[in-house]
Parts: sequence; C-alpha cells; structure tokens
Amino acid sequence: MPHAGTLQIGQLSKQYVVNDETLPVLDHITLTVNPGEFVSIVGSSGCGKSTLLRLIVGLEADYQGELLLDGQRIVGTSLDRGIVFQEHRLFPWLNVEQNIALGLLNARFSEAEKAQSVREHIALVGLGGFETAYPHQLSGGMSQRVAIARALVSRPEVLLLDEPFGALDALTRAHLQQELHRIWQAEGITMILVTHDVEEAVYLGDQVVVMAPRPGRVRRIVPVGLAHPRDRAGLAFARIKEDVLAEFAGEAAAATVARHAFRHDDAPGSGWPLPSGLRFAL
Amino acid sequence: MIATSIPRPLRGWVVPLLLLALWWAAVRFGWSTSPLLVAPGRVWQTGVEQVASGKVFAALGASLWRDLVGFAIGATAGLLVGALLGTSRFAEKLIGPTFHTVKQISLFAWIPLLSVWFGLGDAAKVAFLSLAAFFPVVLNTFEGIRGVPAELLEVARVLRFSRAQRWRRLVLPAAAPSIFAGIHLGLIYAWLATLGAEYLLVSGQGIGNLMIDGREHFRMDMVLLGVFIVGFVGFALNAIAGRIEARALAWRGRSVAQF
Repeated sequence: MPHAGTLQIGQLSKQYVVNDETLPVLDHITLTVNPGEFVSIVGSSGCGKSTLLRLIVGLEADYQGELLLDGQRIVGTSLDRGIVFQEHRLFPWLNVEQNIALGLLNARFSEAEKAQSVREHIALVGLGGFETAYPHQLSGGMSQRVAIARALVSRPEVLLLDEPFGALDALTRAHLQQELHRIWQAEGITMILVTHDVEEAVYLGDQVVVMAPRPGRVRRIVPVGLAHPRDRAGLAFARIKEDVLAEFAGEAAAATVARHAFRHDDAPGSGWPLPSGLRFAL
Repeated sequence: MIATSIPRPLRGWVVPLLLLALWWAAVRFGWSTSPLLVAPGRVWQTGVEQVASGKVFAALGASLWRDLVGFAIGATAGLLVGALLGTSRFAEKLIGPTFHTVKQISLFAWIPLLSVWFGLGDAAKVAFLSLAAFFPVVLNTFEGIRGVPAELLEVARVLRFSRAQRWRRLVLPAAAPSIFAGIHLGLIYAWLATLGAEYLLVSGQGIGNLMIDGREHFRMDMVLLGVFIVGFVGFALNAIAGRIEARALAWRGRSVAQF
C-alpha cells in the first residue's frame, strides 16, 4: 500500500518579478496537512491558490519559508506528488491505457506491476471497457477520470487537484465529486483540492482553507466535522457553507471599505458598522 | 437533382470529362482550325507510341529520380534545420533572421547562381529541387516543435520524463502533423521545381525536355501528353503523401480541429 504523506508548509512566501517590480503572490502561508487528510483550499481568483499548488507539485521554484513533504524539503517534481489540472492534459495521440501508463514511465515497478497498476486504476476511475479509446472520443468528465488515474497510477503520497471539475457541467461535477471521495477513501492518500466552488470544498474536505487575495494568505481554516457521505441539503452542511461564505463576504467588505477610505472607530469586520449602501452590497 | 444523382466517388470526374467532351467537340465540329488544336485521339496515339518506344519512361524516370534525390536532400536538411530552430532559442536568434530573409528570395532567382556553381547538368537541378523542398519543411518543422503545448510540457515535467522521453513521447508526436504537412508541401514543391528546372536548365533528359522538344517541333500532341503525365505524377505523389499522413496521424480521428 502507498503511504500517505505529511505536508508541512511554514511561513511560505513567493514573489514574481514583473517589469522590475516585485509582486507578492503568497505571503507567509502556514498549513499542516496530516497523512490521509483531505484539504480544500478556496479563495477568489488572484489569491495564489493555484501558485501554492504549483509550488507543492514542484512546477514553481524560488520560494521563502518551509515546504516539506515527510520532513524533506520539496525541490522539483516527483512521482510522490501527483497532480490533476483543470484541463485534462491528456496526450491526444495515446489511448486511455497508454495515457495512464505514462505516469509509470519512470516508476520503479516491474513491467508486470505496471500493467497491473494501470488495470487497477482504470477500474478505480470506472473506465473499464474504454482502455483503447482516444481522448477525442471521450467526454470532459471521462477525460478528467483518465487524468486522475494517470496522476494516481504511480501510487503517490499526495494528490493535488487544481480546480479539476471547474470546466464540467453541474451534473457531471456532482457525480465526479462523489467519485473522488470514493477514490480518496480507497487509496487512503493525502489530497489537496483547490477550487472556487465552496460547496465542493465543504463536501470533500476535512478542513477548508479560505485564502485572501493580494497577496495570497490564509484567512481562516474551517474544520468540517461531518461524517461521510455528506448531505449537501443538510442543515449542518449549510451552516459550514455559510461560515466559509461569510469569510468571502468579510473579504469583500474589507475591500470595499478600503476603496471608500471609510473610517470608523471599530475595526472592519467587527459587527456591522457599515453605511447602509455597503450593507446592501454584502 | 443532377448533383445528387451522380454517385459520390464519380463526382470528381464530372469536370474533367466535360472538358474532354468540349475538346473533342471543338475538333470534331471544326470550331477552330488552328494547328494548335490537336484531336484527343492524336494525343492518345502519341502516348501509345511513346510508351511502346520506351522514350516516355526514360524521360519520366530521369525526372522522378531527380525529384526524389532533390526532395530527400532538401527534406532531410529541412528537418534538421527546423528541429534546431525549434529546439534552441539561441539557434533561432542566430540563424532565424538569415533564414527568414533568404526564404523571401524567389526560388527562380537561385537559378543563375546555381547554374554558375553547379553547371547546367543534373547537379544544378537537384540543388534547385532541394531548395524547393527545404523551405516548407524547415518552416513547418520549426512551427510544429515550437507549437508543442506548454501544458503538456508541464505534464512531462510532473511525470519526470527524461530528455529522450520528452522527445519521443511528446515533442515528436505533437509536432508530427505540422512536420508531415511540411514534408507533403516539400514533395509537391519539389515536383513543381523539377519541371521548372528542366525548363530553365535545359539539358539532359526529363519530362520537361520532352515537352520542350514537342514545342520546338510544333508537336502539340507531345506537349499535351507531357502536361497529362506531369499532372498525373503530381496527383499520385499528393495521394501517396496523403495516405501516409492519414495513417501516421490516425489518432487525430476524423477532425483535424481536435488537436
């Protein structure tokens, strides 16, 4: 069995330099993800949540602070960390089986183990019978299943998901969220999901990390103490969703307050000391 | 409707057959008495004679051989230069501007230079054909390699592909449609240039020379026979290239737009 990784992020910062100007993207992010945990990261666009994921997978470098997997500093990519992007990114000239096998090209498995792992992961994502189909013959949801299988086939410790269902229709998305939950339980590995869909974040996550933009930082971490399978229509679910959404609202209020140079004795966000127009905007 | 009552595979034949009928009628009913107008039957007869005497095969063989040698040299050089330009930004900066300037020179402008360097024989013709095939292959190879999606290159990094794996598994297959298009164009250009070379560097044997001889002896049947053969060879080369391309790129499905 693969073992699940512990991810430690401590005071992680990252800047881009654009036209000789330093642009902070991530500002002192601290987060610990325990083995086998499912963490959702939500935030509006520009909060650096995708950059955070790209740092963890190793596609971005040059960061300050700590980024450790099982105590080892993360440098570059590794088969221990799989990723699923928003677009499926399958190789169009390879069929389903061959695309998934790409994940094992550099794995230290014997040929028999590779073949078995590919078979198992095709079954895991429910694509039995489609082994020889080409990407142009698959629907968006099926392509994303192949992408998940490709990321998991080398049995990584951590799976990163960058808005994996963002481009899918609502029905397919809901179905794949259930599937992803099942896969997470079956594989028992650590998963980190970046999304802008609060319901998705609460449905899947053990904790939901709410990020604030410019520069990206952790606003709050909301634990989701609900048993699986979660009832999206349930009261407890709705409360947590409200809680997470309130963080967004707070963020919007803070931004509006700053823009209007509104001064008040109370700090923004404590109670409702806002002019009537702003209250309406919330 | 007439258009739909003709079986699909035969539709392409409609225009040529109509033209042939028009030609035949023009001779039969004496619409023109110019000696430039020869009967279709006369051209056919000349064709049969030329085939029987083997002259036409000698001419065609000489042309095709030059075509293939020139194409092979030009396409191979084109693949190498295109791959170099596509892979290395440094090479692009160094060679790119020169290449893009040189490619603007009309192919025929090379003829005087080539004839001085290589004489009027086969060597000059082959060099000319190589140039004709070279440019489209370089351009399309370059664009194919540069056009490999950055998203897929990231996947290659995540999956820890080695340099060789990246080339074999990603760059070459991704660039293949464009590279094939370049080779296909090179093949057609080389054949067009084969005839051009025979006209402009008149010496030796070839289909072009057959036509020039025909013109000089006022044998319109010979000239027309040459035109038909040249057209047929071009059509065949195009069809063969298309067949190979379709086979190699079967993964694209029916739609090229999928990629």
